[in-house]
Amino acid sequence: MHYCLDEVGFMYAYIVKRILATIPVMAVVAVFVFGLLHLTPGDPAAIIAGDYASPSDIEGIREKLGLNEPIPVQFYTWVKSVAQGDLGVSIFSNLPVTKLIGQRVEPTLMLSLFTIVIAIGVAIPLGVLAAWKSRTFIDRFAMIFAVLGFSVPVFVIGYILMYVFAIQLKWFPVQGYKHLADGILPCIRSLVLPSVALGIVYIALIARITRASVMEVLAEDYIRTAKAKGLSSQVVLIRHALKNAAVPIITIIGVGIALLIGGVVVTESVFNIPGLGRLTVDAILHRDYPVIQAIIILFAGVYVLVNLLVDLSYVFLDPRIRY
Amino acid sequence: MAALDISVADQTVGTNETGRTIEFIRRNPTVVISASVLIAMFLVAIFAPYLATDPLELAPWDRLKPPGEFGWFGTDHLGRDVYARTIYGARISLSVGLFVALVSTGVGLFIGLLAGYVRIVDTVVMRIMDGLMAIPGILFAIALMALVGSSVQNVIIAISVPEIPRVVRLVRAIVLTIREMPYVEAAVASGTRLPQILVRHILPNTFAPLMVQATYICASAVIVEAYLSFLGAGTPPEIPSWGNMMAEGRVYFQFKPWLLFFPGLCLACMVMTVNMLGDGLRDTLDPRIARGMR
Repeated sequence: MHYCLDEVGFMYAYIVKRILATIPVMAVVAVFVFGLLHLTPGDPAAIIAGDYASPSDIEGIREKLGLNEPIPVQFYTWVKSVAQGDLGVSIFSNLPVTKLIGQRVEPTLMLSLFTIVIAIGVAIPLGVLAAWKSRTFIDRFAMIFAVLGFSVPVFVIGYILMYVFAIQLKWFPVQGYKHLADGILPCIRSLVLPSVALGIVYIALIARITRASVMEVLAEDYIRTAKAKGLSSQVVLIRHALKNAAVPIITIIGVGIALLIGGVVVTESVFNIPGLGRLTVDAILHRDYPVIQAIIILFAGVYVLVNLLVDLSYVFLDPRIRY
Repeated sequence: MAALDISVADQTVGTNETGRTIEFIRRNPTVVISASVLIAMFLVAIFAPYLATDPLELAPWDRLKPPGEFGWFGTDHLGRDVYARTIYGARISLSVGLFVALVSTGVGLFIGLLAGYVRIVDTVVMRIMDGLMAIPGILFAIALMALVGSSVQNVIIAISVPEIPRVVRLVRAIVLTIREMPYVEAAVASGTRLPQILVRHILPNTFAPLMVQATYICASAVIVEAYLSFLGAGTPPEIPSWGNMMAEGRVYFQFKPWLLFFPGLCLACMVMTVNMLGDGLRDTLDPRIARGMR
């Protein structure tokens, strides 16, 4: 009994420690995002205003962003407002950045979720199959696919899919996004091609790790024991092998979120999806720095949160892990 | 039996430079093939002026001609030769890939050695690296490019910075393992000074893994440069690069797909070659990792 309490105590200590560890990471992110504007050579207000701005335009931007204050004061004010959920005002459209982001969240969220579902649904069976049938034709095929998936950039895959399945076969719309409010089916139809294009690199990544870690587990003694007991190969593969290979697979799914976020920006551009990626690209063209800043903070926050959840899932997946 | 022995002996005696080379090719076909293809790509890029006409030459009366009708790959919306632009585009991709790999591994190696050996630096540096890693690389590069303006040099810097933390982590991990080795302890005990320990004992151990890592960084840099240019935050539009070509061609994509096809194909081939070289190097340089992965 005493032993059990101790275990639970350890678990809570680990969870609390891991949650607290995200604070310094986000602090460094904040310093980077803030510092980027101030460390780059030249007057930030002039950079944002662009090449054709008049001195009064530059002065206006300086006023608006509070660039006349000393830098530590600026940083303090900025962090305080971000922590309160105020991400500033867009220089280009004069709308609050939170509102701009709110308008664009749905397509990006749907695209990312759909991609993750497709990627996990394809990659894990593919990886397990490749490990089970290692050094056969299936394994070779899966690994060639993985190398290809890593190498063909998402816009190249995107345009190939678009050409074949939208322009030639007309199975899917060429570009654009249908909101969930317009019906689930049209929404999914508009997301199939972008999700597959975006998901390929993710599939390659997850399939490779799944194969490697399942193969490692398959070499263990308890697998031989399970087989010797007469368990069917499905039971051995899923209940014994995949479950014990889960930690590296879940880890790579978390780390891969960074790849996914980068890919989202490009994919939305290729398929004309009005999400956060398009917002980013428009913000670059207009040098709308408050928007760029906010999007980086948001995406970094998502990345940190996902990886926090991944780390916390270890507690349940592998009770041996203790820090 | 005796005859067999002689023939074996003959072979070993005959194993000079050529023999060893053949043996290397036989054992590492991936490295040799991908390296040769890459060298060929470098040669094409270097000798581009002899292989193609001027990629900037306008021919408004020959706009959007399909491949074969005008030049091998057709012409773009300004009548420029797509073949010439594709050949010249290799220059940008290769130089960005090469320099990003050099800059990020160079800087990462320095910081990693420092972090691995100096305890106080370690805590601070690794926290900074954790934070930098949380920012998706492409977004970081986009933000930097939006501020500093487009030039090839800025593209290289913007892509290198987010790659540094991975190199630092790798180097630091190696340093932490190697510094506990008995031979390093022996060197310390016999009074070898720190710079010499770093250079003679630690540095050589980082070489093989760094080379593999640098190859992968090169491949990803080629992709990211194309992404940045495609989004309008990369190589200046007046310089032909594959990303720029795809950005300009996308409007005409439905009817003139060759505008995207050729740069896209070259991009995919180059990245795949570099990735294969990385896989080959990993298997050749570190058989232990290779066995673990397979």
